[in-house]
Amino acid sequence: MKKKFLLFTIFICSILTINCSKESSEVIDYNRKFNSNSGGTLINAMSGEPSNLIAMIAGDSASSVIAGNIFNSLIKYDENLDYAPELAESWEISNNQKTITFKLKKGLKWQDGQPLTSSDVLFTWKLITDPKTRTPYAADYQLVKKALTPDPLTFKITYADSYAPALDTWASLHILPKHILKNEDINNTFFSRNPIGSSYYKLNNWISGQQVTLIANDKSTSGPPLIKKLISRIIPDTSSQFLELTADNIDLMNINPIQYQRVFPARKDLQKKISLYKELGNGYTYLGFNLRKAPFNNIKVRKALNYAIDKEEVIKGVLLGLGESISSPYKPGTRWNNPDLKPYPYNPSKALKLLSDAGYTKNNKGILLKDGKPLKFEIITNQNKQREMTAVLIQRRLQEIGIEVSIRVIEWASFVNRFIKTGDFDVVVLGWSLSLDPDQYNIWHSSQQGPGQFNFLGYSNKNVDKLLEVGRKELNILKREKIYHEFSKYLLEDSPIVYLYAGYGLSAVHKRIKGIKQPTPPAGIYHNSYDWFMPKPLRRNEILE
Amino acid sequence: MTAYLIKRILWMIPMLIGISLISFFIMHLAPGDVTSNEASFNPRASEESRQKLRELYNLDKPVIIQYGLWLKRISQLDFGNSFASHQKPVLWEKKDKSGNITKGLIQESLPITLMINLLGIFIIFSISICLGTLSAVRQNTWIDRAITLFVFIGFAIPGFWLALLLMYWTGVSNHWLPISGLHSPGFQSFSNFGQFIDLLKHLVLPVSISSLSGLAGISLYVRNGMLDILHQDFITTARSKGLQENKIVFVHALKNAILPLITIIGLSIPGLIGGSVITESIFAIPGMGKLFYDSVLMRDFPVIMGILTIGSILTLIGNLLADIGYAWADPRVRKGLVK
Repeated sequence: MKKKFLLFTIFICSILTINCSKESSEVIDYNRKFNSNSGGTLINAMSGEPSNLIAMIAGDSASSVIAGNIFNSLIKYDENLDYAPELAESWEISNNQKTITFKLKKGLKWQDGQPLTSSDVLFTWKLITDPKTRTPYAADYQLVKKALTPDPLTFKITYADSYAPALDTWASLHILPKHILKNEDINNTFFSRNPIGSSYYKLNNWISGQQVTLIANDKSTSGPPLIKKLISRIIPDTSSQFLELTADNIDLMNINPIQYQRVFPARKDLQKKISLYKELGNGYTYLGFNLRKAPFNNIKVRKALNYAIDKEEVIKGVLLGLGESISSPYKPGTRWNNPDLKPYPYNPSKALKLLSDAGYTKNNKGILLKDGKPLKFEIITNQNKQREMTAVLIQRRLQEIGIEVSIRVIEWASFVNRFIKTGDFDVVVLGWSLSLDPDQYNIWHSSQQGPGQFNFLGYSNKNVDKLLEVGRKELNILKREKIYHEFSKYLLEDSPIVYLYAGYGLSAVHKRIKGIKQPTPPAGIYHNSYDWFMPKPLRRNEILE
Repeated sequence: MTAYLIKRILWMIPMLIGISLISFFIMHLAPGDVTSNEASFNPRASEESRQKLRELYNLDKPVIIQYGLWLKRISQLDFGNSFASHQKPVLWEKKDKSGNITKGLIQESLPITLMINLLGIFIIFSISICLGTLSAVRQNTWIDRAITLFVFIGFAIPGFWLALLLMYWTGVSNHWLPISGLHSPGFQSFSNFGQFIDLLKHLVLPVSISSLSGLAGISLYVRNGMLDILHQDFITTARSKGLQENKIVFVHALKNAILPLITIIGLSIPGLIGGSVITESIFAIPGMGKLFYDSVLMRDFPVIMGILTIGSILTLIGNLLADIGYAWADPRVRKGLVK
């Protein structure tokens, strides 16, 4: 008995000492000033595995993130979201706005040392417009009527009609190497998992389902990156990602509002080694009405519902305050956003007034009726926690003024095919991206209402149609700005959707990474990730370089 | 016996066709196809291009014709290529004309899942047999009750919750074990032995979590079987002969008590290739569970059909093996004395 007790005591003591010794060895001051130097390995976490690294046939975000480190486009967006040179050093738009001439930089090389010329650009354009290529993105590039390469540094394209989003489409098309792909079937090629690119990094190895390792490309067209190795670990579960972050095993991840607002403020130990960043994300969430159906074809009802929903409450409840309410489909603070527009305030009495104008009266149970029928409808949304919570908050507010709302949550593919494509729904909670180019023709033009097209709400307004048509032909930025300010005004007034919120993108980054721009520029913290560095004393020593 | 075996094996062919037909139609009952995944809700992606994709994948044809095409391919043992992960072969690696090899999806995921499940089954059976025997021999004592309580807690506890707690305890606060994944980030530079140890360390938590819930069933099975046997006449005879109690329990009783386990092992063969989506997601293990789940969400029909077909083949083989194993282990069955 005594012996047992002794053993037990030793066991307990050893556990305690292990814990103590560990803590005392971990005193690194991450807040010291460090000089920038190159080297080091950055490890991040992704929830999904890239399907392949050819962005034009991939379509998932994991693929475009990794491929974006390997391939270049002709032009890019700079930190203020203006166009900036990438492979092209300059570009010129002809007077009739139909021809764009790109001048490539001199001496560009692929990572295998072959020269990168305008024939690669032409090849890429031919590839994406080839009917055999399995890409969903061909439409924008099929508008190009003629593409020419007068010399190895010049790429000239002519559109049948002037097309304002043209530059945006060229900023998102990765240029692929002709010398490797010319005899390959793009739909089924070894290249998609063993790419030859031109940008900062090249693929080092890819362990399926586990990690993708990139190393610096010494022939990079944009100069060498400071961090020499990027490891992206595939960890589907965000709680596991978070544990890895707190254990110093990964350097950055996207976090959720609860982690940002509740976990970090309570954990002094994490604050010492991890910095948090927030920036306006790239999407917004809305409540959309099926405008083909009564009562949503009545503008008074739509406006009433808009007034009856408390957007501030939704932002507080769903995003813990980490979002902004918006009044146009553009990022607040950018030129396309009309600063004169204000969201519909929360005003239930005004809502009731509008509903009584529309012919609704309350019965003795407080339920709104018109012609003896109660005002009730169903909100559908896909399996997305934030959207579900949003729908619940809206349900409560509408119940208060006498509207009966039910909620149905559906798996994505069924949601799209069973409900959205058939138009068999009342109200949806969904999201759209806050696109960098203001063109929203596909979403709001009345001609885009066919099955599978994106104006599934059935919005149609002649003035808006005209503005959208003019807007996608106008290349003068100031004129365009006016057009889309006008468009946003009509859209807010017609209230086909209730803008709910634009959430912040939240990132947690380990403090061993330096060089992150503060305050966050409009393009977000990642736009200069090639200038980030990792000071020598802060690097992990377990990864050999 | 041989004639019986041949008959059993030949019967598997119509059965497989039936299973595949039903699976194929059920799969197509769910709305949507690979072109309707979340990324395709992108205004840049036009409906015409998506229609074109559908044609390229033959998804615009009637289901029965699609099934015929599938059956034609499968009869040449070609499981096809995945839609969603860019034409990766579903089952086994394929070589392109320049000799580059692309590995198959199932080929990559199956060894991982098999390894975890085999380890899990080994652990479940060895621990359960010990626990079951112990509680039968010490029936109605505190040991028996403690064991029952333990295995039921293991059965009832939510795996993902315990997993996260253990990950926090062993990985974050005490750096004893890695948290997730199968390898450390720099594992390529380790020696072979180092890589093996690294892998074992990564497997400790996922294997323990997935075994814990299996303990209850098997150990109670062993306990009850053992109790049955211990009350039979031949045990009383053995006791009266003056045999040692150890010998009675471990040689005479245990042998008989674990006979039914052969059936269970046979029946768990198809389970060997199925992974748990939850465990695999939490521990970031690219196994069969995650592969199947993702392919269902993406409506990646060739992968779904590939996994279902292999699963049903294994189920049929498992049943056959269980019968054969039983006949081999039990002379009464072999000689046709017991059915």
